[in-house]
Amino acid sequence: MRKIVFFIGWLTTLAHAGVKIDHWVAPSGARVYFVETHALPILDVAIDFTAGTAYDPMGKAGLAGLTRGLLDAGAGALDEETIAEQLVNLGAQLSGTTDHDRAGLSLRTLATTREKEAALILLRTVLSQPNFPDSVLTREKARMIAALQESDTRPDAIAAKRFSQEIYPNHPYGRTTTVASMGSLTRDDLLTFHRTRYRANRAVVALIGDVTRAEAERIAQFLTESLPTGEANDDLPPVQMPVKHTVNIAHPAAQSHIHIGMPAISRLDPDYYALLVGNYTLGGGGFVSRLVSEVREKRGYAYSVYSYFSPRRFEGPFQIGLQTKREQAAEAIKLVESVLTDFVKTGPTAKELAAAQKNLINGQSLRIDSNAKLLGYLSAIGFYGLPLTYLDDFPAKIKAVTVDQVRAAFVRQVKPEHRVTVVVATDE
Amino acid sequence: MKRFLFPLLIFTHCAWANPFETQLSNGLRVIVREDPRAPTVVQMVWYRAGAMDEKDGYSGVAHALEHLMFKGTKRLAAGEFNKRVAEAGGRDNAFTSLDYTAYFQIVPKAALPEMMALEADRMANLTLTEKEFSSEIKVVMEERRLRTDDNAQSLVYEALHSTMFQAHPYRRPIIGWMDDLVNMTWKDARTWYRDWYAPNNAYVVIVGDVDHSQIFKWAEKNFGRIPARSLPVRKPQNEPAQKGVKRVNVKAPAKLPYLTMAWKVPKLKDVERDTEPYALEVLAAVLDGNDAARLSKNLVRGSRIAQSAGAGYDATVRGEATFLLDGQPAEGRSITELEAALQAEIKRIQDGGVTEEELTRVKTQIMASQVYKRDSMMAQAMEMGRFEAAGFHWRDLDRMLVKLREVTTTDVQSVAKKYFNDDTLTVATLDPQPLDPQPLDKVATKNPTIAPRH
Repeated sequence: MRKIVFFIGWLTTLAHAGVKIDHWVAPSGARVYFVETHALPILDVAIDFTAGTAYDPMGKAGLAGLTRGLLDAGAGALDEETIAEQLVNLGAQLSGTTDHDRAGLSLRTLATTREKEAALILLRTVLSQPNFPDSVLTREKARMIAALQESDTRPDAIAAKRFSQEIYPNHPYGRTTTVASMGSLTRDDLLTFHRTRYRANRAVVALIGDVTRAEAERIAQFLTESLPTGEANDDLPPVQMPVKHTVNIAHPAAQSHIHIGMPAISRLDPDYYALLVGNYTLGGGGFVSRLVSEVREKRGYAYSVYSYFSPRRFEGPFQIGLQTKREQAAEAIKLVESVLTDFVKTGPTAKELAAAQKNLINGQSLRIDSNAKLLGYLSAIGFYGLPLTYLDDFPAKIKAVTVDQVRAAFVRQVKPEHRVTVVVATDE
Repeated sequence: MKRFLFPLLIFTHCAWANPFETQLSNGLRVIVREDPRAPTVVQMVWYRAGAMDEKDGYSGVAHALEHLMFKGTKRLAAGEFNKRVAEAGGRDNAFTSLDYTAYFQIVPKAALPEMMALEADRMANLTLTEKEFSSEIKVVMEERRLRTDDNAQSLVYEALHSTMFQAHPYRRPIIGWMDDLVNMTWKDARTWYRDWYAPNNAYVVIVGDVDHSQIFKWAEKNFGRIPARSLPVRKPQNEPAQKGVKRVNVKAPAKLPYLTMAWKVPKLKDVERDTEPYALEVLAAVLDGNDAARLSKNLVRGSRIAQSAGAGYDATVRGEATFLLDGQPAEGRSITELEAALQAEIKRIQDGGVTEEELTRVKTQIMASQVYKRDSMMAQAMEMGRFEAAGFHWRDLDRMLVKLREVTTTDVQSVAKKYFNDDTLTVATLDPQPLDPQPLDKVATKNPTIAPRH
């Protein structure tokens, strides 16, 4: 049983140096990011689209996830069983992700010619020609609804969902799937979403592994040339900042689940590095952070307590989370608020700043030590339009951050008047 | 069906992948796999002491001690261990299982000497105080509330084990019963540390961009002076033969029912001579080892009786091996129907066996995963560490793969026939209770080993 799960958020994982990234635009219009490495006989490919949950049409929450989830449920002339069997027979692994901004598939395959070529044909087929058969759609909607109803009984899921709704009132980032919205989805909805969102000129292709540049060019074009060419607007309405408030939700659990936070920064915000470094001291650095020290180590209030910024295309959340015995929830919240207020006011000490910088800079090699990790960076660089030198620049950017910059960034981005608190399973 | 050709030998025997091993005079074994692909290294220290070595009334002490191992030594203040790892740019963590307790750091390679010194220090010099203990045990209780008491499926799993085993220590939860946690003292943790944290009860696994001969020198310098100690006697505590199906039901807040079924089956004892454990591994994989496996295909996608369905078997354990089936019935279907459907899947294999195609598919997955595993130093260290924990030698990992490849359809059918009868079956179910928005009464919240009531 793990002592702690690592809560160093998404922010702290995106960094590395000394890896040569090739970038080009395929004839299809797809943007391609490639690292050539022959150390292992494998190839990893990820293709992402601006097709995350924020692009669910009004009343159709759940569409992005279901569309991505059913890409391999029948495509071209193949049914879902055939696709599954062929992938397994090749030893290939196909997986998918859907977050607020993006959705996509990734494939890991052996780099031997027969396995690789066959796996890439399958990937191309499921990306370009999904059928979304009615029978599978009916089944999967029923499973999603059952899972949704189940998660609506779990305190962690209730808290996460409600927090999202409360900090993003009237914004797609705050929309969550309901039984009604899932129930309303039709095959036409999925086909339209796919046609307009999975288009070649918005695709980001990340490749790493045992292929040459010339082969990577061929693969990227092969995977994207038959993608749809529909049109869609990628803009979202502006995020409106919430007004400070607290929501208490009854639940019989032994522990209160607490979320505190607000919308903060986009992925390209100039405050990114200052917040990354600062949050390490506040609640991102695990045991060496102030939140863990005060809440867990000194008082034994919680097993897990953390804070993170999760930058998105638009203002992504800043969030503090913890779970504590419900009788002491009020006390724990008071403590967390005082740690936060104090940190925003004074920022890290010079010693804390140095410790954060040491971890982030010295840990550079840990972030580039596997193809799987690098693939994630390639996708993020491509999707968010980060500079190709982003990874190489990272240590210098971290080193340049000052205490004053951290303090100023927190004052700008973590304003008490916008602070939302959600508590599930409370006696309040 | 084309047979999958896989260059196994290249990946298991090429020079950089060959582990090296030494044993210090105090009994500590050091296993090093040189992998120069990136300038990083994983160090794991494994102790052959897990929850199964606990005694009644002391459940959870192995895991509690794991937490306390970060609380300072004669040389280091509490929390300093994490600080050193963090400043080196590394990550560290630990985990406790039924069979073992393991600690690890993933660091840039320059930091390895310091990490070895830190692990050696806490192997011998841990300072346990009442103050640190009394704060940390509260954290452990919060962990229990989070992972078990407020998690309906975990409660079912806990009930399954405590029902299927009467004599064997696997009946106790790793995290411990809440009442045992409440009554644990700092001296219990100290006793555990003094009993089991000895170099002759541990081994170090290091994978990364390192030179094994250098590591062996550092190991001698850091761990060499820690004296070996005699270990407590371990009684086998073998479970007597089960004579009839056992059933247990748990009521907890949830929407979907949940079903677990576990049979007592053999574990791997002799890598060369055993055949049944390998056949059971293949059987589990045919049922739930890949996207084309039977349970999802037949019960989730096919008959649609199940919302989810899975199978699990681990041949390499210190204690008793079990074969587990679990699942949630689909909306409108019952636990009874799901149980019958899972039984029918076993029956189909008893009667008709598995196909050559299914067998090939499973072997392909095993081979491919051996290649993919090379992309993670942690996965390589874990594989060796877990195998050693069950009493095997890392050198036999390759033999185990060979033996897995020798499994035939007949072998799979014969273990399905032999071991899946109701007399050794235990069934644990979740009876989901609707959420009641009223707060719990005080008795229930003060004693959270009781599932929340309504």
